[in-house]
Amino acid sequence: MRALLRRQRYLLDYSLSSLARRPGKHLALLLVYTLIVFLLASTLLFTQSLRREAALVLAESPELIVQRLLAGRHELMPADYLHRLGRLRGVSESYGRLWGYFYDPAVKANYTLLVPRQDPPAPGDVILGTGVARARGLGVGDYLSLRSARGEPFSFKVAALLEADTELVASDLILLGPEDFRRFFAFPADRYTDIVLRVPNPSEVRKVAEKIALALPDTRPILREEILRTYDALFGWRQGVVIVLLTGALLAFVIFAFDRAAGLSAEERREIGILKAIGWETGDVLRMKFWEGAALSLTAFLAGYLLAYVHVFFFAATLFAPVLKGWAVLYPDFSPLPFVDGLQVATLFFFTVFPYTVATIVPIWRAAITDPDQVMR
Amino acid sequence: MPLSPALLALTLASLTQASLLLLASGFALRILRHWDLNSGSERQLELERRTYLVASLVAWVFGASLLSLLLFVYHAEQLSSQFVGAMCATGVLNANAWGWPALYLKMALFFAGAAWLLLNRVDNRAPDYPLVRPKYALLLLIAPLALAEALVQGQFFAGLNPDLITSCCGALFGPDSKGVAAELAGIDPAVSLTALYLSGLTVLASGLIYRWRGWGGHLFALAAAFGFGVALVAIVSGVALYVYEHPHHHCPFCLLKTGHDLVGYALYPPLFAATALALGVGLMTTWRRVPSLEGIIAAEGRRLAGMALILFAIFHGVATWLVLRSNLVLLGSG
Amino acid sequence: MIRLAQVSKVFNQGRHNEVRAVRDLSLELDTRGITVFKGPSGSGKTSLLAMIGCLSRPTSGRIHLEGRLISNLPERFMTAVRRDTFGFIFQRFNLIRGLTVLENVMLPAYPLAPAPSTLRDRALDLLRQFHLAERANNQAEWLSGGEAQRTAICRALINRPRILIADEPTANLDSQLSRELLALIGDLADQGKGVLISSHDPLVFDHARVSRVVELRDGRLA
Repeated sequence: MRALLRRQRYLLDYSLSSLARRPGKHLALLLVYTLIVFLLASTLLFTQSLRREAALVLAESPELIVQRLLAGRHELMPADYLHRLGRLRGVSESYGRLWGYFYDPAVKANYTLLVPRQDPPAPGDVILGTGVARARGLGVGDYLSLRSARGEPFSFKVAALLEADTELVASDLILLGPEDFRRFFAFPADRYTDIVLRVPNPSEVRKVAEKIALALPDTRPILREEILRTYDALFGWRQGVVIVLLTGALLAFVIFAFDRAAGLSAEERREIGILKAIGWETGDVLRMKFWEGAALSLTAFLAGYLLAYVHVFFFAATLFAPVLKGWAVLYPDFSPLPFVDGLQVATLFFFTVFPYTVATIVPIWRAAITDPDQVMR
Repeated sequence: MPLSPALLALTLASLTQASLLLLASGFALRILRHWDLNSGSERQLELERRTYLVASLVAWVFGASLLSLLLFVYHAEQLSSQFVGAMCATGVLNANAWGWPALYLKMALFFAGAAWLLLNRVDNRAPDYPLVRPKYALLLLIAPLALAEALVQGQFFAGLNPDLITSCCGALFGPDSKGVAAELAGIDPAVSLTALYLSGLTVLASGLIYRWRGWGGHLFALAAAFGFGVALVAIVSGVALYVYEHPHHHCPFCLLKTGHDLVGYALYPPLFAATALALGVGLMTTWRRVPSLEGIIAAEGRRLAGMALILFAIFHGVATWLVLRSNLVLLGSG
Repeated sequence: MIRLAQVSKVFNQGRHNEVRAVRDLSLELDTRGITVFKGPSGSGKTSLLAMIGCLSRPTSGRIHLEGRLISNLPERFMTAVRRDTFGFIFQRFNLIRGLTVLENVMLPAYPLAPAPSTLRDRALDLLRQFHLAERANNQAEWLSGGEAQRTAICRALINRPRILIADEPTANLDSQLSRELLALIGDLADQGKGVLISSHDPLVFDHARVSRVVELRDGRLA
C-alpha cells in the first residue's frame, strides 16, 4: 500500500513538473477551463440564491390567499365575503388585504403599494423599499410626491426605510396606511384586494381550499405551496435554459480540450517515448497524464468556483443579473447570503470536469501507447 | 418535465456512460474474436494496447456512476419542493414508476463496474492474461445495464409532472399503505435490527472462513449482497427511526441532510464500498484454479475480503452508535 | 545467457511498405562481457537490440533470458523485465530537457517507487562515481556531450540492471570522448555487468575490451 501511494506521488511529482515546464501550452487551456467553470458556477449560484431568497420571503406569507374572479378576471373582493366565509376548521385567522401597483412615470418603474396588517404607517406617512428610495433619491424625513388616480398630487412623508435583507421581493415596496391607500387609488370603501387565511397545519390547507371553492364559487384560492412550486420550477427552468445556452460554449471547450490533449508537440512525444524506453509502463504514463489532468481540473474548478462565488456574493452577479433576475425594472441591490451546496458543486463537476476527462481519455491513451523502441529508431 | 441543471447533467452523464461502454464493447468483441497472446503480430500488439483504453473507459464509467448516484439523490431531494405531497427524495422517486428502478440500476452499474475493475486488476497481474475472454464477455453484459440505466432514467425524468400528487415517506412507508415499501418499513424495528446483526455475523463468518481457508468466496459475496439488502431494509425500518427520533419517519435519504448531522455519509459509503469489494472477491474466486492466477487471487482475495470486513464493521458500528445515541425508545421498554 | 531462436521482426505487416528488419535469426549470447553488434545502418542491429532489451516483441520466434521465455510477454510484463534487467544508453542521449541532471537519473525508478531518500542517495552516489556530482542540480540541456552521455549512463544504472544496452553510443561523440566512454563501459563490464552495443564505429568494435563481435547484414548473421 505504501509503495502504491509512493508511486502515485512520484507520478504526480513528474506531471506537475511537466506542467510547469510548458506553462504556455497549459495556460490557455487553464484560462478557458476556468472561464467555463466561472460562467456555469455564476449561473447556478445566482439563480439558486434567488430561489432561496424567494423561499425565505414566502415563508412569511400566508398559507392561503383568496381572490375574487369576475368573468375570469381578478376583481376586488367585497368586504362581506369575509363574513360569508365564516369560521372554517383549521383556519386560525382571516383578514382582507389592501395592495396594488402604481406606475411612476418619473422613474419609469412599477411600485407595489401595500397596507401592512400590523402597525400601518400613520396618515401621511410611508415606509419605502430600498429600491424606491434609491430610484427617487429619498431618505427618512423627505417627501415622496405621486400623482393619484384622480390626477391630484399626493405628498407622503418618508417615515422609515425597509430593511435590506428581503431586498429581492420588497425592493419596489411602498407601505402606507389604509385611509391613504383608499384615497390615493380612489379604492371603494367596502372592498379589499384579496382575502388571506392562515392555516397552521399544512395537511389541512387543501381541505380548507376545497371548502372555500364550494362556499364562494366566484373566488379562487391560491396556496402558498403552489406559489413556491411555481417559483422553484421557474428558477430551475431558467437555470436549465441558461445551461442549454452555455452548452455551445461547453462543446467548444470540449473540442479545445481534445485538441490540446491530442496535439502533442514533437518534444512531448519524444519525452513519452523516453519514459517508456527507460522503464515506464503504459499504465504509468496513463496515470501520470491522469494526474496532469486532475491537477489542471482541480485548479480550474477551484479558481472558477471561487471567482463565481466572489462575483455572485460580493459583486451581486454584475455580469448577468439583468438576464436572470426577473421582470421588475427596479433591480434590487441584491446581496444574497453566501452558501455552498452539494448538489450544485456536483452538478458543476458533471458539466466541467467530466466532459474534460471524456475529451482527453482517448488522446491520453494514444500518447501512452507510444512504442517504447521509438527512441531508438 | 422540469428542466434543471442537475437533470441535464444526469442525462448527459448517463448517455456518455452508455456510449463509452458501447465503444468498449466494440473493442471487447474484437478482442474476443482475435485475441492470441502467442502471436507477435501487430494486430495482437494493438489489441493489447486497446485493453488499456477499455480499462480507462470502464474506470471512468465507474467513477461517473458513483457521482451520478449521489447527484441523483441530491436532485430528487431538491425536486421534492415541486411535488405536492413530496417532502423529500422518496416522494419524488415515487412520482412515477421509473424512479426507483433508475436508482437500482445506478447502484447495479456501480457494483458491476467495481467488480469488473477488481477482476481486471487481478488478471493484469498474470503474464498470460488468462481471464481476457471471460472478462470481455462480462463487459458485454455491463453495457446493456448502462443503456437500461440511461433509458429508465430518461423515462423517469420525462414522466415527472409537477401536477401529480405523489406520496412521500410518511404515506409510502406508513401503516395504511400497501406495497413492498410499506411492508419493508412496517417490519418491526426489533426484527430488522436483529436481521441486520445476524446478516452482519454471516458476512463476518463467511469472510473469515474465506480468509483462513481460501474457499467460500462465492458464499462471502452472496452473504455480502444479502447483507447489503438487509442493511438497506434495516436503515428504512429501524435505524432511520432512531436518527429522526420519530416512530414513523422512514426515509433513507434524509440521512444525508445537514439536519441529521449528515450521518448518511458515515453509513452509506462504507456499506457500498464493502459490498463492492465483496462482490469483486466473489467474482474473482470463480477463477481461483487458473494456474497462473492461483497465488494472485488467493492473496488479493484475502486482502480485499479483509478490507470489506473492516468496512462492514464500520457500517455496523455506525448503525449501532446511531441507535444507542438516540433518545427514541422503541425496543425494550415497550 | 540470452537465447534467440528463429527470431523475425516485421514492420508495417501486410502493407505495401512492409519491412523485414530481422529474419529468422538464431543466436546465443553470454550475458557477461562486452558484445558488439556490427553492421551498416539498416542491417537490423537496432531492432535486434530492441527485442533483446524487451523494448519490442518479435513478430515470430522466441527469446529466452536466463531460461525464461520473454518474447511472448504482454507489454506490461516486458516492461517489468526490462526495468529489472536492462539499462539503456541511446545514441542521442535522450535526456529530458527542463529537468535537472539528478531528476533525469532518478526517472527510471519512479514506477518502482523506492523511498525518496534512498533513491536520491543512490542517484547522487552514481553521479559522484561518474564525476557529475557538482552538475546534479543543473538542467540537462546545459550539459556538454560527454557529460550528457555520462548522465545517460547513470540513468541506465539507477535500477541496478545486470545488462547494459547501448545503441550507437559513440555516434555523437568525438574520438577522445568515445575512448573515455569505452573505458567507462569497460569498467562496468569488469564490475560484472553484461554490455550489448550496436555500432558501426571501428573505435568500438576494435576495442580491446570487447569480448565478442556479431556481424549483421540484411537482418541476418553475416
